[in-house]
Amino acid sequence: MATTSVMGGAVKRREDPALIKGYGSFVDDMTPTRVAHVAFLRSPIARAKITKLDTSAAKETEGVVAVYTHDDVSHLGPLLAQVPIGKLRPLLADGEVNHVGEAIAMVVAENRYAAQDAVDAIDVDYDVMTPVIDLKKAKSDEIKVHDELESNVLHTWTYHGYWDALGLEDQTAEVDAAMERDDAVVVSLEMTNQRLIPVAIEPRSVIADWNPGYGSFTIHSSTQVPHALGGAVSKMFGLKSTDVRVIAPEVGGGFGCKLNVYNDEILVAFASQALGRPVKWTETRREAAGATIHGRGWIGTATLVGTKDGEFLGYKLEAIADMGAYTQNFTVAIPLLGLWIASGQYKMPVSWTVDCVVTNTMTTDAYRGAGRPEAIYYLERVIDAYAREIGMDPLDVRVKNFWQPDEFPATMGCGFALDSGDYEGAVEKLKAEAGYEDLLQKREEARAEGRHVGIGIGSYVEVCGFGPAVLAEIGFSWANYGLPASFNGSGIVRVNPDATVTVVIGTGPTGQGHQTTWAQIVGDGLGIPVEDIKVLHGDTREHPMGIGTFGSRSLSVDGAATFEATKKVREKAARIAAHILEASADDIVFEDGGAHVAGSPDKRAEWAQIAKAAYQAHTSPEDLDSGLEAHTTFSPGNATWPFGTHLALVEVDSDTGDVKILDYYAVDDCGNVVSPMIVNGQVHGGIAQGIGQALFEDAVYDEAGNMLTGSLLDYPLPTAADLPSLHLSHTVTPTDVNPMGVKGIGEAGTIGSAHTIVNAVVDALSPLGVKHIDMPLRPKRVWAAIQEASN
Amino acid sequence: MYPREFDYVAPSSLDEALEALGDDSKVMAGGMSLLPLMKMRLFSPAVVVDIGRIGGLDTIEESNGDIVIGALVRHATTATSPLVAQVATGLATAASLTGDVQVRNRGTTCGSLAHADVAADQPAAALALGATMVAQSSEGTREIAASDFFVDALTSALQPNEILTSIRVPKHQAGEGSAYDKLGRRGGRSDYAIAGAAAWVKMEGGSVADARVALTGVGTKASLANAVADAVIGTDGSEQAVKDAAARATEDVTIIEDLYGTEEYKTHLAKVYAARALSQAIANAS
Ligand SMILES: Cc1cc2nc3c(=O)[nH]c(=O)nc-3n(C[C@H](O)[C@H](O)[C@H](O)COP(=O)(O)OP(=O)(O)OC[C@H]3O[C@@H](n4cnc5c(N)ncnc54)[C@H](O)[C@@H]3O)c2cc1C
Repeated sequence: MATTSVMGGAVKRREDPALIKGYGSFVDDMTPTRVAHVAFLRSPIARAKITKLDTSAAKETEGVVAVYTHDDVSHLGPLLAQVPIGKLRPLLADGEVNHVGEAIAMVVAENRYAAQDAVDAIDVDYDVMTPVIDLKKAKSDEIKVHDELESNVLHTWTYHGYWDALGLEDQTAEVDAAMERDDAVVVSLEMTNQRLIPVAIEPRSVIADWNPGYGSFTIHSSTQVPHALGGAVSKMFGLKSTDVRVIAPEVGGGFGCKLNVYNDEILVAFASQALGRPVKWTETRREAAGATIHGRGWIGTATLVGTKDGEFLGYKLEAIADMGAYTQNFTVAIPLLGLWIASGQYKMPVSWTVDCVVTNTMTTDAYRGAGRPEAIYYLERVIDAYAREIGMDPLDVRVKNFWQPDEFPATMGCGFALDSGDYEGAVEKLKAEAGYEDLLQKREEARAEGRHVGIGIGSYVEVCGFGPAVLAEIGFSWANYGLPASFNGSGIVRVNPDATVTVVIGTGPTGQGHQTTWAQIVGDGLGIPVEDIKVLHGDTREHPMGIGTFGSRSLSVDGAATFEATKKVREKAARIAAHILEASADDIVFEDGGAHVAGSPDKRAEWAQIAKAAYQAHTSPEDLDSGLEAHTTFSPGNATWPFGTHLALVEVDSDTGDVKILDYYAVDDCGNVVSPMIVNGQVHGGIAQGIGQALFEDAVYDEAGNMLTGSLLDYPLPTAADLPSLHLSHTVTPTDVNPMGVKGIGEAGTIGSAHTIVNAVVDALSPLGVKHIDMPLRPKRVWAAIQEASN
Repeated sequence: MYPREFDYVAPSSLDEALEALGDDSKVMAGGMSLLPLMKMRLFSPAVVVDIGRIGGLDTIEESNGDIVIGALVRHATTATSPLVAQVATGLATAASLTGDVQVRNRGTTCGSLAHADVAADQPAAALALGATMVAQSSEGTREIAASDFFVDALTSALQPNEILTSIRVPKHQAGEGSAYDKLGRRGGRSDYAIAGAAAWVKMEGGSVADARVALTGVGTKASLANAVADAVIGTDGSEQAVKDAAARATEDVTIIEDLYGTEEYKTHLAKVYAARALSQAIANAS
């Protein structure tokens, strides 16, 4: 049956049958004729001068086409960065290496095996230097990572000083004064928010094909940002945008790690141009672990000051964030996303300082949540500790300090306004869904039996939907890649002559189901069945402009643009229908797959008729351009601010430190919901990643800068078998930031969950005196914390 | 993740397979451990001898009080065989807790033993259950006791020209029982063992007449915890007796730290799991 009235309908993901059956076309599935293959020599040392780099034996290896080192590519310059604070990454190591995994040489060969053999045949000598790994040591500048930089501290973000133009007030004195009050309760926790490896199921992969005859590139890349990659290639190779076509076909997960333009993409393009043949590289899992960006990597102390009866008086964070060795796209800007939600759902003064330091490790950048999980983790952990200190229920403490529904839009100390919210509404729903009172009772019963059962509460608000054009002033755009300087959304809606619809969007899925959601938006707006709507994305030739999928922006920005474009198409269609039916366009109503005149259901023109008419001059109104298409750009005035509260019930085996999640409840509010199944899928995946951080994942460099977690054997990820069934529900508080009233939901689950789990485990062990355990809460840490508390 | 060049042979008879083996060759059964190591270029054999097409190696049979598990019996089969569950319980449990469905469907019980990973599940079970390894080369067949089989990390007593064609596990008789339990790297029983233990006991007249306990995950190889067995024999197998005995779990091992456990923690876990496995084995024996 045709599906038409579908906004908010639980439509199954249209893309899944092809993907599940293995028909999805990913970059590594493509093998152009005459393709050559790349393997990189990567540094096994964290910090060294390269004293010898001899590629002669590698060049003699059977099947080798070429071997390139820094001198061959230095004319292209370092890799571009959007927020170029720090040292930019050389395409290939320039006489020194600064992290394990840094690319030193590129081998191009007839096949991947020969390429790898040649890599093994490269002769390199290193003069090993002491690396900087520890964040406090990095901050001390005892050893500087890059001589040419003034300090290892690339930048310091402060709550009031991050953007001079806003003229914000420093609230530090207010927070400090609150701590001196007689009735002040001050609670501090020093905590780590550990470094993570994004681990997309599809590794990154790129094929560049330079056609010397046409003087143009076709590049397939597993990227979240084909337009930015196209822009970078145009800029670095001095080409017109029309001579660089970038295609991101199916992309098997990104989580932000494919939101960078990488040196390997540029190098593969270079090799293709140099050799006049297609060149391909697919990263290995080891490269994915050590040469694709990492996320998080913060240490810091969070302090909450409040009264004895639960009123928050102020919050302070002093943290250091690890940037890695080189700056890529947004590296130094990532903590800013956390800064904007530093105060969470609460009304209170904030003092927030994050030092961004360079270390001899892989670059960090956006990973699902990007700055926000860190910020919320620090805040919500210390709120929990404060609630315990004053003996108040953790939900009651939160509710007491929430912004109230009538206070929105609520301008925070960071200068931004929370768009809409009913924070207490989400808590009430959570209490009902989880049966909170019963859970408390159960916990007491379990404790009486000597079991270590805990309830964890985690609230969050997040900022997404980038974004407001004004943010381009502080770097949030793709301007350095030659694209327009703002993160606008765009959508092209075209009704074809046979009444099918082609939708072209400036954002593409890495698993989020754009084919489904966009078809719902357009189908609903036009009354055309979802089955007849094709959503195109990820091809710079099909769409002049695209920002990409990240920061939970697709729906609220590009979706909004598509929504507006759909309206325009409908208006034009109404005029054509009016012409056919000899009526006034104002009287045209769309219903049941066609249009009719209001009040006269039999005066009807089917979509097939309208669509055909649009493409023939003799059947369409004289004053109308031919075709039935609209292209709309949408620039939101604010970000969107989704929120929610989660609850976890856990049990700890005190003999082993093993944590078991018994139950998990989440109430999330992302405004209006276009596609409920997709929203729940996003929350599911997001929570899985948050639980992954809380319990399993840890990207570890040892003191010498060796990566100890370079394979999935050593980097445990949560699997379906490790997770409880999640009880998801929603409240709906629309935003007026966009015409659909929607907010992003891609990262909310991650932002809301890690601290919920940690709060639960600490709750379980609080009767033993445990106050904090750093993530990941592997059994060894939990057990050690129990030992320490009982000694 | 791209192996060096190697020759691949997939003979259809055991004789041909034995013929193909040499100093620089590797047997491949399920390939679950061999292939990743080759891709990481940590193993680079000149020849891979795939035994997957040899008939008759994929059976579980009973013979003279033993069950005989052939070289191509997958974890999934060992895990779900009612016979193994009944007469070699600890081994069935170890198989059921190994990896995920895909790994259990490809990986073999014998392959895991031959691989001798320090954190694998099967070696501890084989030790506690007193299994015997049957190894064949072109020169003949020899039998190796489990207690002589695990030499070091990723090193068994097999010679490069030998195939582990089967293992023989004594069937539990009346009054005997066994068990396996572990703490996995992803918590619960998920993933390789941070620490695991298998136990076998023989109960007579309400007391422990004989016992074997083996550990995995904590040392350089899976090994028997003889002190625990000695201590529990002759007791009534009560919770306290088991706990006291298990306290001696690490007397015979050198504990190795890793990302999942400090020495102190692993020492503690060895005791916890020795006790858990023993208690369960005693429960299973009655
Ligand atoms: C994702 C994943 C998760 C895993 N989780 C666990 C886990 O939780 N617990 C656990 O114990 N294991 C785990 N494993 C390991 C798995 O159990 C082993 O890889 C598997 O059992 C080995 O058997 P195989 O048949 O695949 O051996 P192969 O990989 O084919 O061979 C392994 C080694 O044994 C040798 N070999 C194999 N068979 C013979 C034979 N008959 N004679 C002589 N030599 C032989 C090979 O030469 C090679 O050196 C996991 C593996 C993977 C990939």
